Amino acid sequence: MSNQVKTHGIDTSILSSGLKHLRLEDEDICLEVNDLQLHYGEKQALQGINLKIPRKRVTAFIGPSGCGKSTLLRCFNRMNDLVDSARVDGEILLDGEDIYSPDVDISTLRRRVGMVFQRPNPFPKTIYENVAYGLRLQGINKRHILDERVEWALKSAALWGEVNNRLNDSALGLSGGQQQRLVIARAIAIKPEVLLLDEPASALDPISTLKIEELIYELKSDYTIVIVTHNMQQAARVSDYTAFMYMGDMIEYGATDKLFTNPAKKQTEDYITGRYG
Amino acid sequence: MSAHISQQFNAELDLVRSQVMTMGGLVENHVQSACTALVEGDVALAEQIVDDDFKVNALEVTIDEQCTNIIARRQPTAGDLRLVMMIVKTITDLERIGDEAEKVAKMARELAELGESKEQYTEIRHLGEHVRKMLHDALDSFARMDVESAIHAAAEDKQVDEEYEAITRQLITRMMEDPRSIQRGLNILWAARALERIGDHAKNICEYVIYLVKGKDVRHVTLEQMKKEILK
Repeated sequence: MSNQVKTHGIDTSILSSGLKHLRLEDEDICLEVNDLQLHYGEKQALQGINLKIPRKRVTAFIGPSGCGKSTLLRCFNRMNDLVDSARVDGEILLDGEDIYSPDVDISTLRRRVGMVFQRPNPFPKTIYENVAYGLRLQGINKRHILDERVEWALKSAALWGEVNNRLNDSALGLSGGQQQRLVIARAIAIKPEVLLLDEPASALDPISTLKIEELIYELKSDYTIVIVTHNMQQAARVSDYTAFMYMGDMIEYGATDKLFTNPAKKQTEDYITGRYG
Repeated sequence: MSAHISQQFNAELDLVRSQVMTMGGLVENHVQSACTALVEGDVALAEQIVDDDFKVNALEVTIDEQCTNIIARRQPTAGDLRLVMMIVKTITDLERIGDEAEKVAKMARELAELGESKEQYTEIRHLGEHVRKMLHDALDSFARMDVESAIHAAAEDKQVDEEYEAITRQLITRMMEDPRSIQRGLNILWAARALERIGDHAKNICEYVIYLVKGKDVRHVTLEQMKKEILK
């Protein structure tokens, strides 16, 4: 037997690996919300929200129905402009520039901040044309460029293998899970910076849901992703940061590991442990 | 087991599994070195084991935290759940084994300070090697998810207990014959006791492996019942 304790031969670097405690202070901030208030007519839906959304991370908003999480999400690409009664105060900075400033071009903004909705909404066109749609709107019409981008987007959305031999079939013939991935492909085809996902898996079966979640995990290396979900477990699985909202207020916001194992606020704990209401 | 749809979940489970093996390897090493230190009167080696116990403790804390996060974020079920549960228990036993090895090292230090002895420590050497092998086999059965080798390793605990009792009887006899040897005798007895406890912890790990693979809880049953339950 050797007289040396052989711990030096054992790789204890594993001690520090694996546990990467995320901290907002260390992040590059993509979207910054400052005292955001939103009224629908007389009713106040957002009560002065402040938060910073880090770049190339997944941030989830959770909370009971009507807490304002979807409303907040829609502020990020000014979807609420489409609602006549909505009035927004405060500011949202995208890379430091206020997206509510008067000189912002909304279509440029929406190109930078893409959105996917709860129900898959493919256009009644071919699979190919669905993905190429946003590109054509940008004036890209060269066939080889379109082919390249469509293939890239479908591959990024983990759909290429399932549809590459029927690109000219109608998108409406795809299953719900495939349609949702197609819509995600359509959103990323124009290479946005931010991807907003509003309940992207709530209309899907469990396997399709897991595929979408896996896709979200892969996409975060290129995009800043903000997801609204009323499925808390989904938020726990996919997100790096989680915000808990209640009645238009941001109750708690922080690293998902921390929020789901040791939340700072009792209200958060009650909600995630199912003691709410 | 085949892969999950979530690659990240696979990676998390693989990482925590390999960390348990690292912790096991470290602890096994401490047990072996502690026995060497005692038998050869190597104070420096004993000191090093006492100093290095913090690494075992740190691994326990890290793995524990990761298991908590996996439960909170992945909601593991069936085999995944049993894996996480057994890991949480296994690392507790491994940490205790680390503490027992530290005790043996401390006894080694005290014995060395008592000066040269004609004592050969043959029994301690043998008992130490026996429990180290048992721990090794328990960890190996975990790595290979091998129920039969887990049962085999668990069965060794009986012999370990018998060896410990034999050492006790022998020491009592010697101490009665020569009261001047009592201090040395008690130190050896403490070390033997620590090694015997290591056998118990290794047996626990074997039982967790059986739970992991077969889904059956075989704690607090006799070896015969265990074999009947599992190998039928």
